[in-house]
Amino acid sequence: MSERTPGLDVVVTSLASDAHTWNLVYLQLVLEELGHRVVNVGACVPDELLVDECVQCAPDLVVVSSVNGHGFHDGTRVIAALRARPGLAATAVVIGGKLGTGGVDGARERAARLVAAGYDAVFEDGTGLAAFRTFLTQLQAGVRV
Amino acid sequence: MNGFGRFVAEADGLVVQPRMGFGSPELMRRGLAAVRDSGTLAVGTITLDSYTRVGSHDVARAALAAGDDLNGYPIVAHPVDTTLAVVDGIAGAGFPVQVRHGSALPQDIVAASIAAGLYATEGGPLSYCLPYSRVPVREAVRAWRESCRLLARLRETGAEPHLESFGGCMLGQLCPPSLLVAISVLEGLFFQRHGVRSVSLSYAQQTNADQDAEAVHALATLAGQHLTGHDWHIVIYTYMGVFPRTPHGASALLAEAARLAARTGAARLIVKTVAEAHRIPTIEENVAALRTAADSATSTTYEPSTQDTGILAEARALVDAVLALDDALDTALVTAVELGFLDVPYCLHPDNPGRTRTFVDHDGRLRWSRLGALPLRGIADTGGDHDVTAAGLLRALSHVERRFDDAAIEQDLHALHLDRPCEPTSERNA
Ligand code: B12
Repeated sequence: MSERTPGLDVVVTSLASDAHTWNLVYLQLVLEELGHRVVNVGACVPDELLVDECVQCAPDLVVVSSVNGHGFHDGTRVIAALRARPGLAATAVVIGGKLGTGGVDGARERAARLVAAGYDAVFEDGTGLAAFRTFLTQLQAGVRV
Repeated sequence: MNGFGRFVAEADGLVVQPRMGFGSPELMRRGLAAVRDSGTLAVGTITLDSYTRVGSHDVARAALAAGDDLNGYPIVAHPVDTTLAVVDGIAGAGFPVQVRHGSALPQDIVAASIAAGLYATEGGPLSYCLPYSRVPVREAVRAWRESCRLLARLRETGAEPHLESFGGCMLGQLCPPSLLVAISVLEGLFFQRHGVRSVSLSYAQQTNADQDAEAVHALATLAGQHLTGHDWHIVIYTYMGVFPRTPHGASALLAEAARLAARTGAARLIVKTVAEAHRIPTIEENVAALRTAADSATSTTYEPSTQDTGILAEARALVDAVLALDDALDTALVTAVELGFLDVPYCLHPDNPGRTRTFVDHDGRLRWSRLGALPLRGIADTGGDHDVTAAGLLRALSHVERRFDDAAIEQDLHALHLDRPCEPTSERNA
């Protein structure tokens, strides 16, 4: 996509029921410091708004972040809506944070189901940011995981 | 005086309260009973889930039907009879129960609470809008006015509904004390102007205990000047930002919050548990937290005054500037946000100007680095670095967590060392 300028166009977003924003502010800074351009959609983003925003920005990557414990549910629902758009069917979309209400319990199973639902990668708490950075490098080099 | 406000006023000591909520009615009822029977001077809480907070009651119903976990109790999705059964024989004059939510448009939540006989809740037109939604402030103000009126109408039946401002917790962290105090006072005033007489004002523990004590005294002073009647009190929130991950660190932070409440003479404390950094806490963890807090408060003495580093002057300047904008407080609040007279640091809400910044100084005090358009020129000092990096932000966000976790880890290591004082090094190497 952006041959001229290095760095990716990234949409950072929360999900419909999640009001937490420090995660979004932090992820935006991390991405910008790595040379990427970020549109931060903010908290409590209804599914339609997220889809519209992504259709409009046509980003290289969508970073979904949720910590309120409903991330697995809301995330499963919204990825279907995103993938249903032809322009977004192949866009890289990742999700991370605290995605259930029971801590890291069940994280592996959640991750598998989220990938099956259409995410390119899942970064639940505990996996750290290193894995995310590696993902970004690979994406920038045109390697899809 | 009756109801929630009266219970707190007549309590002989610090009232402690959990922030507990479960999707399942059985669990919710068991949790309330456990709090009542905790052996502490406690009031009960029903904390609502995030779907209910944003008005997605169908999504909450679907989750219930599927047997999925929710992060709170969906009071609108559950039929009113269900909620009546949850509180039946538990909630009452001897054990008031408050509904805690986090909704910018709370009319349906307030109506459902009233239908279940629950007349105490919390929030506010700014504190439940800016950190919790993308609803325009103007709409939140209208919704909160309507909600106040729903509650105020109960007074015709002889009841005394209670509203607590959540203004003492804007985003949980990195919001300087003066702005927290000002928003709490303004919201308390808003509730009273719309007919709710029994109110409480909040303050959330921040990064430095002395700074916090000064802030609570400032809050009491301004509340005394602006609120009418005597049915108001101050509630302290245990730290609302990134929490210590170790059990000892978490408990020590909670104990410090209880000491803050006791030394400042606050009437009520909302606790946090050892699970805070990780997941939704269990009933047992909530009860344990109530006991830790009660113990720590009992062994602390009241201090009638504190140092003055200018928090009162700053908070007063903010309140006065907002009140001077318009005779109608509703309009003044909307205009204040528009003009940046109220501007919450790092808040992404579309209406928040976002021009203020803060930092934690070398004494662990929370201070302004950028004032934006706040009416604090010549009143507040600024310092620190203007440029925020990811690492710098994370350091500031985890300042409290690190302080308490480091101390806890050191304490654990020390205990381990005392347990096995004579273990020779050579053996360990073998
Ligand atoms: C601050 C805070 C709040 C503030 C938020 C203000 C705001 N606008 O942001 C307030 C007080 C408003 C709040 C409200 C609520 N909160 Co809250 N909150 C917290 C708290 C204390 C700190 C979060 C924080 O600021 N972290 C700092 C940021 C930088 O880190 P982070 O969010 O943890 O994200 C890190 C990683 O997860 C990772 N990450 C996150 N997303 C992604 C995505 C990708 C792709 C990658 C790679 C990495 C990644 O990066 C970050 C840095 O490491 C946590 C508990 C804690 N951690 O101590 C609870 C917590 C997240 N909240 C929680 C809940 C449930 C709520 C409420 C629903 C109330 C309730 N029932 O208790 C409401 C939310 C309402 C809603 N509609 O969603 C729960 C979630 C439980 C769960 N998942 O099991 C927690 C864990 C507390 C608890 N134990 O109950 N909260």
